[in-house]
Amino acid sequence: MIKLFSLKQQKKDGEPSPRPGNQKKASAAQLRITKDINELNLPKTCTTEFPDPDDLLTFKLIICPDEGFYRTGRFIFSFKVGPNYPHEPPKVKCETQVYHPNIDQQGNVCLNILREDWKPVLTINSIVYGLQYLFLEPNPEDPLNKEAAEVLTNNRRLFEQNVQKAIRGGYVGGIYFDRCLK
Amino acid sequence: MSEFQESNQKRWSHLRKVLERPGPFSHPEFEPSSEILDFIMSSCKLLVIGAGGLGCELLKDLALLGFKNIHVIDMDTIDLSNLNRQFLFRHKDIGSSKAEIAASFINKKIPGCQVIPHFSKIQDFDENFYRQFHIIVCGLDSIVARRWINGMLVSMLNYDDGVLDQQSVIPMVDGGTEGFKGNARVILPGMSACVECTLDLYPPQVNYPLCTIANTPRLPEHCIEYVKLILWPQENPFNVPLDGDDTQHIAWIYEKSMERSLQFNIPGITYRLVQGVVKHIIPAVASTNAVIAGICATEVFKIATSCCVPMNNYMVFNDVDGIYTYTYEAEKKEDCLVCSQTPQILEIKDPNKMKLRQLLELLAESAAYQMKTPGLTTVIDGRNKTLYMATIKSIEERTRDNLNKSLVELGLRDGQDILVADVTSPTTLIIKLKYVIDDVEMK
Ligand SMILES: [Zn+2]
Repeated sequence: MIKLFSLKQQKKDGEPSPRPGNQKKASAAQLRITKDINELNLPKTCTTEFPDPDDLLTFKLIICPDEGFYRTGRFIFSFKVGPNYPHEPPKVKCETQVYHPNIDQQGNVCLNILREDWKPVLTINSIVYGLQYLFLEPNPEDPLNKEAAEVLTNNRRLFEQNVQKAIRGGYVGGIYFDRCLK
Repeated sequence: MSEFQESNQKRWSHLRKVLERPGPFSHPEFEPSSEILDFIMSSCKLLVIGAGGLGCELLKDLALLGFKNIHVIDMDTIDLSNLNRQFLFRHKDIGSSKAEIAASFINKKIPGCQVIPHFSKIQDFDENFYRQFHIIVCGLDSIVARRWINGMLVSMLNYDDGVLDQQSVIPMVDGGTEGFKGNARVILPGMSACVECTLDLYPPQVNYPLCTIANTPRLPEHCIEYVKLILWPQENPFNVPLDGDDTQHIAWIYEKSMERSLQFNIPGITYRLVQGVVKHIIPAVASTNAVIAGICATEVFKIATSCCVPMNNYMVFNDVDGIYTYTYEAEKKEDCLVCSQTPQILEIKDPNKMKLRQLLELLAESAAYQMKTPGLTTVIDGRNKTLYMATIKSIEERTRDNLNKSLVELGLRDGQDILVADVTSPTTLIIKLKYVIDDVEMK
């Protein structure tokens, strides 16, 4: 244990800074995101796009699956990392309309680590792998798009056809999907 | 002895019993003396961050303990719903600054006490402001604010040849409450676990699985979250983002949540619950605030006087059912993003000539760093700037030109912090540039 200050020690107001250049410091979120982004280890099916290279907190992830139901498509996700990262997860939305049991028409994505199972030790990379996995193994157990989930459970061939129709652009179950072929 | 002196002696007689004689719980190096009381009253300078539920209690406790030089920061104004527990405020104060009203109340009630209010954000002040304090006490409800002040205090540490200069340590005593639960902790920046070391300890916001909200709601909260997360962006009823303080917005959410709860036969939707879920309100309990503030104020007293060994270092409190407390030593994380590193200083001979490319070569080749693919960012005039990042194609393409610019051309100044991320280090390193020539022409 130490004595942190002697009783005589007076602190002074506005004494000159011993450090040159009194600039705003980087936030803990910025320190962490710099690390996360520099060490992004993307699967070969994924690329990122940073509209402003100075802003590492806002970017897009593009996934082009090379196997599974969705192998012919190209899907774009937007990432917004908040000032409380990594205490809070980034906000992720799917910008491509997709016929998928775990993604709804508004682009909400049901992935546990984006909400209830997020932990500060997880990284942007964990989310990328989680999203990629959603395209390989769509999960009809926890649906956001209930109709798609039912089709997947009851008729995999029809599900496959519906996915392809949606990717090429057109109506599936009365909903119009924009074309998103690779 | 004059009458004044006599009453003063009486007023502080309890403190003098602790400070002027040793006791079984005294710190081993404690030297009892009457000077200690003088120190508390005349030299010791405290900063209280937050003048809300905890802040009101803290200010009262500290002022009654004899501390006279206290600053308080709070950016909020007083709301009707504060009055049941934030006892320094009255009905007529609604709309006024919490910091200002709290300060004037304490100054009026407690003779000799001089609380100086700051109606502002903690981010409005720089290290010159924070350096004037002996101890900082936080009664905050925001994790972002805690992380900010923690980062500030760590960045103010000085090191001599890698050895921490203890004079630069400003202890931080941090209290937090949520309903019937609370915690109090003592942080010695650079020496013990900091806020960032223990980020996992802060309860995450309650987030329900999206698919449950969308398809299999069971709780009234699920219905409210559905309206907030899915229906609001879909229908966009007022063509503006949802504002939890707008009664029209809350009324809309209430109505739609009610419809959904009827559809699924879920009882329990009330207007209050809707408000609570939308604004993430956890009801504040006055007695929890009082307990946690009391513990924090005691820790401040212990640190300021050295009369007792301070808490080591994290206490949890729960009085949902009986009273439970537990104190343990939260551990400093070896790879903490904020406090694990001593600042590295990199001497630059000629920042007008030295190109960013050469700086990268230095980081790769010097024995001290041996980096593989460092990514460099910095903060210039409060804005984040990416200097170079080879690993991300879209960033590399647009920062490539920076490689051939000199440090001065890039706007980097003497003393600039460069954030360096590389696979060779578990954290982002902060490297401070030190320009060793004195005729640098700055633009
Ligand atoms: Zn730390």
